[in-house]
Amino acid sequence: MSQKIDQDHARFKQIVKGRIKTDLRKYISRGDMIGKQGKDRVSIPIHSIDLPRFKYNLKDSGGTGQGEGEVGEGLGGDPQKGDGKGQAGDQPGEHGLEVEFSLEDLAKILAEELELPNIKPRGTRTIKAPQDRYNAIRRTGPESLRHFKRTYREALKRQIVMGTYDKDRPVIVPIKEDKRFRSWKEDVIPQTNAIIIYIMDVSGSMGEEQKLMVRIESFWIDTWLRYQYDGIESRYVIHDTKAREVDQDTFYRTKESGGTMISSAYAVTADIVEKDYPADEWNIYIFQFSDGDNWSREDTNRCFSILDERLLDKINLFGYGQVKSPYGSGQFIHDLEEKYSNERDNLILSSIPDRDAIMDSIKDFLGKGK
Amino acid sequence: MAELPRYLREMQNTVEGYAREYGLDFFPTVFLVLDYKTMNEVAAYGGFPSRYPHWRYGMEYDRLSKGHIYGLSKIYELVINNDPCYAYLLEGNSLTDQKMVMAHVMAHNDFFKNNFTFSKTERHMINEMANHSVKVRRAMEKYGVEEIENFIDVCLSIENLIDVYSPFIQRAPMEPPVDTGETRIDLSAVHRFETKPYMENFINPPEYMESQKQKLRDSMKNRHKLPDRPTSDVLNFLIHYAPLNTWERQILEIVREEAYYFAPQAMTKIMNEGWATYWHTKLMTEKLLEPSEVINYADVTSGVTYQAKGQLNPYKMGLELFRYIEERWNRGAFGADYNGCTDLEEKLKWNTHAGKGLEKIFEVRKHFTDVTFLDEFFTPEFASGRLFFNYDYNRSKEEYVISTREFTEIKERLLFQLTNRGQPVIDVVDANYHNRSELYLVHRHNGIDLEMPYAKATLENIFRIWKRPVNIRTVMKSRHSVLSYDGQLHTMNEIKENEGF
Repeated sequence: MSQKIDQDHARFKQIVKGRIKTDLRKYISRGDMIGKQGKDRVSIPIHSIDLPRFKYNLKDSGGTGQGEGEVGEGLGGDPQKGDGKGQAGDQPGEHGLEVEFSLEDLAKILAEELELPNIKPRGTRTIKAPQDRYNAIRRTGPESLRHFKRTYREALKRQIVMGTYDKDRPVIVPIKEDKRFRSWKEDVIPQTNAIIIYIMDVSGSMGEEQKLMVRIESFWIDTWLRYQYDGIESRYVIHDTKAREVDQDTFYRTKESGGTMISSAYAVTADIVEKDYPADEWNIYIFQFSDGDNWSREDTNRCFSILDERLLDKINLFGYGQVKSPYGSGQFIHDLEEKYSNERDNLILSSIPDRDAIMDSIKDFLGKGK
Repeated sequence: MAELPRYLREMQNTVEGYAREYGLDFFPTVFLVLDYKTMNEVAAYGGFPSRYPHWRYGMEYDRLSKGHIYGLSKIYELVINNDPCYAYLLEGNSLTDQKMVMAHVMAHNDFFKNNFTFSKTERHMINEMANHSVKVRRAMEKYGVEEIENFIDVCLSIENLIDVYSPFIQRAPMEPPVDTGETRIDLSAVHRFETKPYMENFINPPEYMESQKQKLRDSMKNRHKLPDRPTSDVLNFLIHYAPLNTWERQILEIVREEAYYFAPQAMTKIMNEGWATYWHTKLMTEKLLEPSEVINYADVTSGVTYQAKGQLNPYKMGLELFRYIEERWNRGAFGADYNGCTDLEEKLKWNTHAGKGLEKIFEVRKHFTDVTFLDEFFTPEFASGRLFFNYDYNRSKEEYVISTREFTEIKERLLFQLTNRGQPVIDVVDANYHNRSELYLVHRHNGIDLEMPYAKATLENIFRIWKRPVNIRTVMKSRHSVLSYDGQLHTMNEIKENEGF
């Protein structure tokens, strides 16, 4: 019986995968899967996997229930979805469907859809991670690691040599000296490591919507880079006129106000890189999101000099994504373009006017295989 | 699937014995003990060991196994309408649970056997499903999984378009329309009453004869129409008249047959679950429970009848209605005298010691469906103190709010939800719409609109079966309209209120 359900289950998963692929743009722009992230899996709400049929519009039809409450009082949540708590479970159908997906699969789908090239790690930037491998033999060791075959062979050899081997009654009794044990050697395995530093402008002009866009985009960038590198670290920097390093949670939640001095963030970032990530051991990625409304031309010049002197030569990629906000002038992206238009191929600019543009922006950033 | 262990077999004998004593009448029952994994598999297939392959079973399995892993749900019991009746027990459940499940299953079994809606269902559905499985697999081998599965998807999207009462109606078989081109009327076919010649003008006056001729003329006109009268068994109509090849027709037939098999269960959900819960509680508390099992039993039963806010639990609703009926008929609270009484106080105290409760609920389980069950027994007295309410979506608050606690409105809403299993009624009216072989359906609108994106997608699927443009007359936001899909484009045309039926 199990054979059959396995088939149908596999078919179902295949269909889900196909659905995610065709609707990827929609999923990306809605940001459905953010915040539903486990360690290496996400659960994705699938809206349209059910079969269409002629049915009543649920919002129009309402329903009947039982319990306390005044007329006009809200029920809280969607009673038609039902949490089914405690009920004998035989109600199929109307539940919203959530499908678990590994981040790896998601990255693969993303790559197929956006035709992302695999990343070529820069040069020999590897760090060495020691790893134990059981591929040696010793004469001493714990019984749990005893190598049965070798031990037997040794005992056999010894018995033949000593003439105690009787081929009509081939009993082999190993003694202490015959015993052989498995043992390990330390192997040094080269590992490509990467660090992503996210910089976000949290000045007054960045609204909730702008931050959500940043969140969505960094989620996807993160997913992709994690798929490409074994060991990856993320650091977060926020700034208004002053910059500081924060944890992931704060990064997305902080609502500051005030002006924007981008150079402050660059300085903090450069400090982080210089302190913790020597450029010959790490692949370094920096993604900056802002509405591009920098304080002054003077500060912009300061940015350029930090980029030139402290950052651009050391890193794989510097991505600047400019989200559109109703307040900002959006000048910074033009300044960057003017200064670096063809000079630096590891500086990528992308403007993100709305959520639908996120997907293209991801392609801008990652499409070069840096 | 293991053979039933001896202690459970003995338990089954005991439970069946008591059930028979109380008058339950059931098919022989085969219990199988399954581990939770197999249970989820079998449940994904609706209890049938062999069904045609389809991804939705995989989806159901996914849902069930997650529910199990996260401890959200647990399948206690699974029973299928078949002779013999098959029921599954979950391995590792306590003996109290198994006992209770057995009692519950016996009542379901009795309901399957005796409720009239089930009388026309296939009683060897296990075999039938296995046959379906073979047919579909064969087609898949021949034409490819993808193609067959896609067509199954198409068919499933209209599986609700059946006429649940049609198994009880004798109808002329569908056949191709006779195209006679005949417009003159054969006078011998006009209806007249037998009489002596000299009485002819009195018994069959000219006006009467004229009206009869007109009737005949009208029916002749309809002979050219396909279908000759609207039918809500859309599946049957398509099986007969849609341009399908052999395997497509076969699959549509399979889907239809299974839809008819499952329909009675949807029509009697509240009754069926109520009946089973009524009997398991009765059998357990009066006969089967050991003192040490009471707490465990009460815990499980309170879960079964748990009332989440804003939901109706069919187990609880059905159970309480059956108990209400039994109590009323026991004290003779029925009949003309009782119904004529207007004093609520007196009605509540009414007692003639009629003692007909048990007899009555057995009668009810035989002759009622959820709609008639609630129509008859969901009374103001029953509803009082039970805190029923209607809720509706409030667009400005963007949530569901309690809209009324008025009895008549609640009852109306309940009956509406149960009518036609909560599905919109849709008829095929014309297969030659606009004289262009287009299919024309009519949604018998009764206050609630269709879900628009779904309706469009369903039209697309019907197009794949009919292969010519398909239309449906419905009402959208108080506008009478015809939605059409011609293979490429969706259009919507407004139509007069009294037109297009």
